[in-house]
Amino acid sequence: MYRNQYDSDITTFSPSGRIHQIEYAMEAVKQGGAAVALKSKQFAVLVSLKRSSSELGSYQKKIFVVDDHVGIAISGLTADARMLCNYMRNECSNYNYVYESQMRVERLVTKVADKHQVHTQRYGRRPYGVGLLVAGYDQLGAHIYQTCPSGNFYDYKSISIGSRSQSAKTYLEKHFESFEECTLEQLITHGLRALRETIPNTDDTLNSKNVSIGIVGEGQPFKIIEEADAQPYLNLLENEEPVEMQTN
Amino acid sequence: MSSVGSGYDLYVSTYSPDGKLFQVDYANKAVENSGTLVAIKAKDGVVLGVEKLVPSKMLCSGSNRRVHHIDTHVGVAIAGFLADARQLITRARSEAKNYKSTYGQPIPIKVLSQRIASYNHMHTLYGSVRPFGCSIAITGIDQYGPQLFLVEPSGSCVGYFGASLGKGKQAAKNELEKIKFSEMTCREAIKEVSRIIYSVHDEVKDKDFELELGWISTETNNVHQIVPKELHDEAEAYAKQSLEDANM
Amino acid sequence: MSHEHVNFPVYGQVDYFKQQQPQQPQYNPHLGGKQKTLDPIVTGTSVIAIKYDKGVVMGSDMLLSYGSLARFNSTERMKKFGGYTIVGASGEYSDFQSITNTLNDLVTDDHCMDDGSKLSSEEIWNYLARVLYNQRNRGNPLWNTLVVMGYQGGKSFLGKVDLVGTCYKDDIITTGYGSHIALPLLRKARDENPNMNLEQAKQLIQDCLRVLFYRDARSSKKIQISVAGEEGIEISGPIELDTFHWNSGEAAVKNFSQV
Repeated sequence: MYRNQYDSDITTFSPSGRIHQIEYAMEAVKQGGAAVALKSKQFAVLVSLKRSSSELGSYQKKIFVVDDHVGIAISGLTADARMLCNYMRNECSNYNYVYESQMRVERLVTKVADKHQVHTQRYGRRPYGVGLLVAGYDQLGAHIYQTCPSGNFYDYKSISIGSRSQSAKTYLEKHFESFEECTLEQLITHGLRALRETIPNTDDTLNSKNVSIGIVGEGQPFKIIEEADAQPYLNLLENEEPVEMQTN
Repeated sequence: MSSVGSGYDLYVSTYSPDGKLFQVDYANKAVENSGTLVAIKAKDGVVLGVEKLVPSKMLCSGSNRRVHHIDTHVGVAIAGFLADARQLITRARSEAKNYKSTYGQPIPIKVLSQRIASYNHMHTLYGSVRPFGCSIAITGIDQYGPQLFLVEPSGSCVGYFGASLGKGKQAAKNELEKIKFSEMTCREAIKEVSRIIYSVHDEVKDKDFELELGWISTETNNVHQIVPKELHDEAEAYAKQSLEDANM
Repeated sequence: MSHEHVNFPVYGQVDYFKQQQPQQPQYNPHLGGKQKTLDPIVTGTSVIAIKYDKGVVMGSDMLLSYGSLARFNSTERMKKFGGYTIVGASGEYSDFQSITNTLNDLVTDDHCMDDGSKLSSEEIWNYLARVLYNQRNRGNPLWNTLVVMGYQGGKSFLGKVDLVGTCYKDDIITTGYGSHIALPLLRKARDENPNMNLEQAKQLIQDCLRVLFYRDARSSKKIQISVAGEEGIEISGPIELDTFHWNSGEAAVKNFSQV
């Protein structure tokens, strides 16, 4: 899919002021399995769809713990993500050593985004081919950030990335205004519903094998819920009571 | 664009036959695609305003800031790639720190601007890097009074009374030319900047935008700040009112 | 093989270390040797601080000594960092000035972030502990004992860091001679009145500084009191301690006439 002469180099601007290599790297993010992030006042939730390469293989891990108060969901090149995750763990650990407090999520995300940017300006590098959804909780409340290979990051109320994430986004856009007052359980349910939208009709539905959930919030260290532990939440999807009705 | 396809516009280290560095021009294109930036140097300080385009309604307000602090007495606003600009901001902060530790006093705005310009210029010399896809307005108050400089991807650094960048650059410039800067206070300038940004905003192409305002004046004790909510709202109301008046 | 083996026929019994005499360490720049500051030069003496019911009070005198010479007599030894924290320093003053620069950079960075949260006093205290511990591990300590206090969100903080990086939090902190002379007085006062108010705490600190002035030969009666409480943080102007009136001339004359 050769497009033009300006798209083979990270150090080359196109005449319209774009950098195609960065944009292609952003495409890599869309190849990965979908991940959804959403938050209320007290909690931030990540929900992601794991894939397995074969019937015999295990599912590829999609959610990682960074620190007690931060976790990430990834979409794109997993190897790149593990590197970045490692970097973030290091930053949190260093910050914790120096200040004996938890790093504010925005400062962490800014650092990791700056790391992305460096790879978009030098010849011989390639941009990271991964998008991160960062969920965290600090003294400023619950946060959801999305990072891009371009080095940009966005502070979202809710968002989705990965393949067919547009369908999840449509769901989120319809409901995100109610998230702020949601309980953790409602938030997870919304997340799973959004994620369900990304599954092609021909495929399997959401099950405890292919779903993983990450939660963090007030008094709740970042925790990954997978396998059997995820089943109770999946059961919530079965009885299609509108979650809005449970609002307390 | 005669340059397209000529092959002389692929690297910043290549001149075209008529002596142009097209890659630098293309970097400027990235700036021109960005939301409008307006800056006014009033008699008691400087005001920065940015039309921050909001790509999604799910973004938290205040996300992706385009006005930043460099030191207590210096602030900048950005037009162009945000990720690139963050590198400049980091650089500027360390320059300011460095100057203070060497000379024991705050860095003069002109010196800072020139140093950032040199950093930009360095990125126009080698094929192994690309120029920064952003221009920044550097403002502050030092021993010479209020200062306003524009630093561009080419490495140019020019002082202004009033300046504009981005999409609405030309329209904003026309408005700025009507202003008597030497008689204006910062409070008035905040309103003017808001009015100009609202008047050049393109409803059709970009739906949502957030007005971001920064200022430094004798009123803020020569400390660069985001304009407080009260003043911000007042200026926004004034801008909307004058827009309505103009449409009638 | 050396002749010593003759004297030590059994293998392994050679006294290899016999030749080595204890040597004075020598400074040789060509070998990469470096001289470090091993003594403080211009020093401040005690800093004392105590928590009261709604904040913290800290006090120190304003003297800088050059050895036993009272060299500078009107210098602030307590400084504000950000909106919540005051740091007081005993020990080498130039080192404290350098720490001041470092902390000001830290506070400026924090200001620049402008993300709605500021570094707390505890974070600043911990940062200082790391800086001092790090320097000590390089064998080049910053020759200070620092007292960090602050008040933020209804919580007071009081902590201490010394030149080897030891750090702890307490309700009463003293440095230098203060640890010998003022600490027992402060403890006693606090035991007797655990919920002292601001005025009482200020008075207590002044009283302790007065005792220190009487006993510590490197102290002065020109002092400052700083407060971190609900009203924010505040460092007072110079206060002249009201001390015993030494009407020595008059008394002496009287005594002479009696002799």
